[in-house]
Amino acid sequence: MLKKTAMLAIGLTAGVSLSAQAGTLEDVQKRGVVSCGVSTGLAGFSQKDEKGQWSGMDVDVCRAVAAAVFGDDTKVQYKPLTAKERFTALQSGEVDILSRNTTWTQSRDTSLGLNFVGVNYYDGQGFMVSKKLGVKSALELDGATVCIQAGTTTELNLADYFRANGLKYTAITFDTSDQTRAAFESGRCDVLTSDQSQLYALRIGLQKPDEAIVLPEVISKEPLGPAVRQGDDVWFNIAKWSLAAMIEAESLGITSKNAADLVASGTPDQKRFLGVEGDFGKNMGISNDWAKNITLKVGNYGESFERNVGQGSPLKIARGLNAQWNQGGILYSWPIR
Amino acid sequence: MSNGKSPAFYNNPHVRALVYQTLLLAGLGWFMFSIVSNTLANMEARGIRTGFDFLGNVAGFDILMSLVPYDASKTYFDTFIVGLLNTVLVSVIGIVFSTLLGFVMGVANFSSNWLIRKLSVLYVEVFRNIPVLLQIFFWYFAVLAALPNARNSISLGEAIFLNIRGLYLPKPVAEPGAGLVYGAIVVALVGIVVLKVWAKRKQDRDGSQLPVLWMSLGMLVGLPLLAFMVAGAPFTLDFPTLRGFNFQGGITVIPELMALSVALSIYTGAFIAEAVRAGVQAVPHGQTEAARSLGLRDGQIMKLIVVPQAMRVIVPLLNSEYQSLVKNSTLATAIGYPDLFTVFVGTSLNQTGQAIEIVAMTLTVYFTVNMLISLGMNLLNRKVALVERK
Repeated sequence: MLKKTAMLAIGLTAGVSLSAQAGTLEDVQKRGVVSCGVSTGLAGFSQKDEKGQWSGMDVDVCRAVAAAVFGDDTKVQYKPLTAKERFTALQSGEVDILSRNTTWTQSRDTSLGLNFVGVNYYDGQGFMVSKKLGVKSALELDGATVCIQAGTTTELNLADYFRANGLKYTAITFDTSDQTRAAFESGRCDVLTSDQSQLYALRIGLQKPDEAIVLPEVISKEPLGPAVRQGDDVWFNIAKWSLAAMIEAESLGITSKNAADLVASGTPDQKRFLGVEGDFGKNMGISNDWAKNITLKVGNYGESFERNVGQGSPLKIARGLNAQWNQGGILYSWPIR
Repeated sequence: MSNGKSPAFYNNPHVRALVYQTLLLAGLGWFMFSIVSNTLANMEARGIRTGFDFLGNVAGFDILMSLVPYDASKTYFDTFIVGLLNTVLVSVIGIVFSTLLGFVMGVANFSSNWLIRKLSVLYVEVFRNIPVLLQIFFWYFAVLAALPNARNSISLGEAIFLNIRGLYLPKPVAEPGAGLVYGAIVVALVGIVVLKVWAKRKQDRDGSQLPVLWMSLGMLVGLPLLAFMVAGAPFTLDFPTLRGFNFQGGITVIPELMALSVALSIYTGAFIAEAVRAGVQAVPHGQTEAARSLGLRDGQIMKLIVVPQAMRVIVPLLNSEYQSLVKNSTLATAIGYPDLFTVFVGTSLNQTGQAIEIVAMTLTVYFTVNMLISLGMNLLNRKVALVERK
């Protein structure tokens, strides 16, 4: 009651329009596009090229969902969101799925009215320093000034790490990655901290990328994944299994190139995946060739990784944790059968 | 009513007005209530946390600059206070310096010196016409970022250091006996007020003027200085020293604060200069001529005749300039100055995800601060307004 009175007392100014619950799949089908919340521009994850085409790991999840629902990966409407806007945009129904390098944490999962559907990139927070400092480990950073990009879990991790190790530091928080990078380049701070994937992306944007190094320490677990609104299980299943299908395709050896051939010549596992046998799509309310469409249009997880952040991209990030479970990583999708 | 025949109460315009206003108010209240309760119900149905309980939770992150003791173990409410104070600090600095700059430049427009006159015009036209965000970037990323690093600091007598990380000043640390100095400052302040009242009475009585300004300054400097010597120098200085990555000790003025204060002061100063020019031009030229024929010098004419009359035009304009300055201070977020918007609507919002509560609190703060400015300026306006015959 007190809560309500307090809310009433201040008057509600940020009118969040909450559209009707459930039925996201029907809404999406009626609209003809999946509305997907992405970042305002992060190399390798969601970025727009000069022709206005979006690409990246997070964008591929949006495309996979569109391919599963419509059989067409281009039926996506991208909504660039800042870190501050993202949860409100999903809660208010402005986007159907939030795929925006968002860390899956307990508090976000339980208190924001959303559900994470899986992990599409296992990340961890790291540090980038100028080579000139001669620092080899984060433990040598006592008294350093640290630049952070605002609106992420990084501020919390940073404070925890320095406190746990009894180190002093000064933190400067910037709003966008460009400002953070500019401040680091000008020497305003000694260290730039962010998720490691972002550090690599920021590093190649420096005027002299060779003069900066990423320290070996990873100070946090950052499982990044897409999220949907809580309380719509049909849509939750579609999003969850679209991501799982990308990972499963890789472990089954199905790629965008061989998928069409495997429909006829594949193993029973592969045939089930491609929708030749079983009613796996129908159970979710979409067509049975959903997983085939995802693989044909978007590719499997490995293809998406290499194209966007791996060897086929300027970032050249190694698979590391993001390799399949039997390849030294921790990617393990639930079987489609 | 005069002849005892009053109209029916529903024909009474006062009653009617009251009824309509009550109805409108009730309708508005109902409208607000339904929006709020609808939102709350929907959020509850969605499993979204609501309410202000989060303010008591530990924030867990650090803030670059704080006027009150703060560390990562404090609560979200503390982050609100830290952000609020930082906003107030930069606003006060901005208001003081933009006013000084604006008055100097506004009056300079009427100088008989061609160079000063043109300089004033140049200042106004340049800084008024460039977006303030660009000016903030200019000062931060172009001017202050060009300063040397900590090891190559610009130093003044090895006591004051300036580098890209900020301005480092020695910090006076109070020792026993410092109370005497504080006391002397209070005595000096009281003395100045008394002197001012006394000087005014004296002038009213026999027309003679006292050099109030110089006497006040003398008191303000002299008395504490005397107390300082009597108490045997009860302050030591904590000098900043270079240790590890940065200077430690002393007072640090962070470059974000400098850039934001400079940019806001100069930008708003240009508008205030225009307000001052408008005010001065609104004073009829006859006033100046009359003052001249009384034998007043140019400086005196400005100070005693023109500016007091110009104030009634300037003050209402100043009000909105100050309010814009406070609102523009939210651009701090672009350069990482930890004001209310950066800290509370930035980090705190993102950690808790409680956008509605946090945004509502922040809106209330800016609204309140600007209403207070308005109130203050209206009181000042009442003082400077032309007193007319009733």
